[in-house]
Amino acid sequence: MRELQRYLHELIDRVVYLQDIKGENWEGSAYLLEDLKRLKENFFQISEKDCHHLLESYEARLKILEDRAAKELTPYEIVKITRNTQRFTLLDILENVYDSYTELGGEGDINVDPAVVCARAMISRRVGDKVYLHQVIVIGHEKGHGEEFRNGGSAKPWGNEKALRYMRVAETEGIPIHFYIFTPGAYPIEDYPGAAQQIARNLYFMSKLRVPTVAFISEGGSGGAEAIGLADIRLMASRGYYSVISPEGAAAIEGKIKEGERPPRELVEFCARQLKITAEDNLRLGTIDRIVPEPPLGARRNDYQFFKRLRYEMIRATDEVVLRTKSLKAFRSYALRRKKEEENPPDEFDIYVRWDLSEVEIEKLLDLRSRKYRQMSRHVLGITKCSFRGYMEKTQDVGLRLYHDFRYGVLKQGQKMIQRVMEDLSGEGVAFLKQLTEPLKTAYDLLGTRPRRPKARVVTMEEALVDLPELYVSPLALEDRTVTCPNAETHGCPDIWVPDLYGEFCGVCPNCGYHFPLEYQWYLSNIFDAKSIKEFNEDIASGNPLGFEGYDKKLALAKKKTGRKSAIITFQARIGGISLIVAMLIADFRQGTVGVAEGEKFIQACDRARITKRPFLAFIHTTGGIRIHEGTLGVIQMPRCTMAVREYIDAGGLYLVVYDNNSYAGPVASFLGCSPYQFAIRSTRIGFAGPRVIRETTGEDVPPDYHSAENALRRGHIQGIWDRRELRKKLYEALLTMGGQNLYYK
Amino acid sequence: MALDNRKINQLLQSFRANPYRIFVVVTPHTGYLREFLVKEGDEVKGPSGKWLEKPGTPLFILEREKNPKTIRAKASGTISKVNRELEGRFVEAFEPVLEIKHTLTQKEIVAELLRKTLHIVTAPEKARYFLSPELAKKIEKEGEGRVVVKPGDELAIMSFMKRETPVLHEGPPMVVFRVFFSQGQMVDQGEPLFGLCLEEERPYVEKLIARVKEEWPA
Repeated sequence: MRELQRYLHELIDRVVYLQDIKGENWEGSAYLLEDLKRLKENFFQISEKDCHHLLESYEARLKILEDRAAKELTPYEIVKITRNTQRFTLLDILENVYDSYTELGGEGDINVDPAVVCARAMISRRVGDKVYLHQVIVIGHEKGHGEEFRNGGSAKPWGNEKALRYMRVAETEGIPIHFYIFTPGAYPIEDYPGAAQQIARNLYFMSKLRVPTVAFISEGGSGGAEAIGLADIRLMASRGYYSVISPEGAAAIEGKIKEGERPPRELVEFCARQLKITAEDNLRLGTIDRIVPEPPLGARRNDYQFFKRLRYEMIRATDEVVLRTKSLKAFRSYALRRKKEEENPPDEFDIYVRWDLSEVEIEKLLDLRSRKYRQMSRHVLGITKCSFRGYMEKTQDVGLRLYHDFRYGVLKQGQKMIQRVMEDLSGEGVAFLKQLTEPLKTAYDLLGTRPRRPKARVVTMEEALVDLPELYVSPLALEDRTVTCPNAETHGCPDIWVPDLYGEFCGVCPNCGYHFPLEYQWYLSNIFDAKSIKEFNEDIASGNPLGFEGYDKKLALAKKKTGRKSAIITFQARIGGISLIVAMLIADFRQGTVGVAEGEKFIQACDRARITKRPFLAFIHTTGGIRIHEGTLGVIQMPRCTMAVREYIDAGGLYLVVYDNNSYAGPVASFLGCSPYQFAIRSTRIGFAGPRVIRETTGEDVPPDYHSAENALRRGHIQGIWDRRELRKKLYEALLTMGGQNLYYK
Repeated sequence: MALDNRKINQLLQSFRANPYRIFVVVTPHTGYLREFLVKEGDEVKGPSGKWLEKPGTPLFILEREKNPKTIRAKASGTISKVNRELEGRFVEAFEPVLEIKHTLTQKEIVAELLRKTLHIVTAPEKARYFLSPELAKKIEKEGEGRVVVKPGDELAIMSFMKRETPVLHEGPPMVVFRVFFSQGQMVDQGEPLFGLCLEEERPYVEKLIARVKEEWPA
């Protein structure tokens, strides 16, 4: 009877699960649940045989419903499967996929952040009659099965910091990392280390993490997912979702829904469809490598067959990453490929692969990772490998690289080396002669002559910054009226006459220093040397790779309004004679949001700066984050661009980020936030999520100055606040005093 | 002036006769008063929110040098008087434009009465304040409004940058009627720390508060 009772409870759970996904009144599931509940009430009044019959008939009915439900699953229903409390979580995986594990940095709710679980785990494989044990570090989000303290797998900044700490441990010990992504998004708070800045740090570190990494995505919510998602192989659960924003969030933006109101279900369904969030969509877009099959309605915490599959896939993916770095791998790679499409995972492996790498193999691993991410999403831009133009560009690049390597590498390095030797020799000579001449000099001084001190000479001569001959004046200054400073009430600022404000005052309140927004053209004309700007890659254009309905029109409007093809301008320019490469995200084009075109242009600018040994400035006029209409193709720009930045900084460059107006979300949480030199122009706002998202996610209100540059500086997110009027001078000083040794003028 | 029944009645009578405060809204500067956005009898709200980040109700538009400025309510209440004749005209600075009649709440009346009847000890500096241990012990034992302090008695300890200075009571022996800070709270200079009264006045102050609570709804 106890068996039957368990059987009954299991059926009830399955019906409730089905209703959670498809709705309470879907295809008579409510009647079935009613019948089951009735049976539960009268359970002990029915004979065992009748009960068994009844349960079998109910199960048959349920099976028909489940099969029909699985055939008609919509993307939003997949989201519901992923969020269901009956779905497997990371702790279930640690219990069932790994042989043993020790949780690090926390236990249950006694934790730095219970939403992030790090563990040292053992995973075994059987080859013939031998069992091999592999050690791995497991890092992932733990959603819990309804426990409030898990925060739904929403990692706080310090949770992501914990993840980074254990990535370092894995690197020190040379063992692979398995990442498990189960997050609806990062917890959007700015407290140190800051949501955006910590994700950026994680991405920066992961881009050159010297161990094999495999990521498994069940719920991939934008930036939160990327914080532990930059891996050599990315697997995804067949009933998981990976998206730039939650369908509800996208619906609120698309439908311009007021705060506190719920977007209509149809709009949420529409957005879920348009965002291309399912595993099949992501595989087609190239943002993941493989799909791990689940039962038709998704795996739950007791689907042991699924855990067996997952265990097999994780081992195989790690093998694949390791084998790619080996020179002797042909047969083993073939054996792995052969197993690829198998329905049921085998109990045994044909081969054994050691997961530790030599120094040469690590270099290859990093190189392969870099290539993988650089290639991601490029296909949508139509950049083909074999076109004539492509060959010409490649030849030009090689030429440029050779020229700069010779001019600023071989020649300059040689010159520097000689200079260094000469300085050493001269230093030695002076020290030696001083021993001999010191007694004579002392005697000479004693005779009454005044000691002679030569005039101090500056060793490095700095070129003085020449003022620009003619200042560009904003067209905003052409109005004859006054405006009120937003700080007038608190600081007593008088009204400012517009021609003065946007002319002589450069948009700065003379009383309190508040910076009024200015158009990006002002910066182009007033920061860089006159006529020094040479734009490149202006033909790379933003598109609508997902075919998001209604977006083409908006995009065409933005292109017409700005006369530009994307939200980023990349150019070479000079400040005080120092040549530099600049990437500028502009507010006028879709609020400076980043999509594939913007990411590609940024990477190419970064690479150009690396090849030509120029400093690289990212000037953020405004960025609203990743462009949601490009879905995960947009999200993938976060690791892609961070990879390029990491390679540029490692090569000894100077990567400067200057924020203006508003900078939020993805870009700040990746390729901008990872810069060691981030500055903000006064009155800018920097953060991960806007006040509305914070209020809706955390349920707490944020003070009006929560995202101000002053608070960002106070929290250590930026390194300084600059006045717009001094921007040219400050940038010039930064170019002279900051950065690595591989700059052409150093 | 010593507190007695007559004085209590006088104070209460003054609030009963006029339980309002009138806020006169004046023009902050010269300009043309373009439009009134409220009319007499309208309810308006002052700034709200945890950080007063939500602005008050818009009252009128004042334009100077083609810069239309919306003047908003600084206090909640009802619009009692609007100088309609100013609409569309040039106005000088500080010209009364409208009046907001703010009905005093029970809390505000009690605060106002306490300010009038108690001897307030204010914070001499911005610092962290702790109740003196003896006083804390006495208040815990006897309750607030029962402990008498004599001249020279230690009321509180002002702590700032590990420098601790006692705050002493000056004047005649008095009862500690109210403590306005919690242990270890950072208090700005000039903010009230204690409300003291003469021992014979204590029953009257208590009676006064009780009657306010009785007469005015919370």
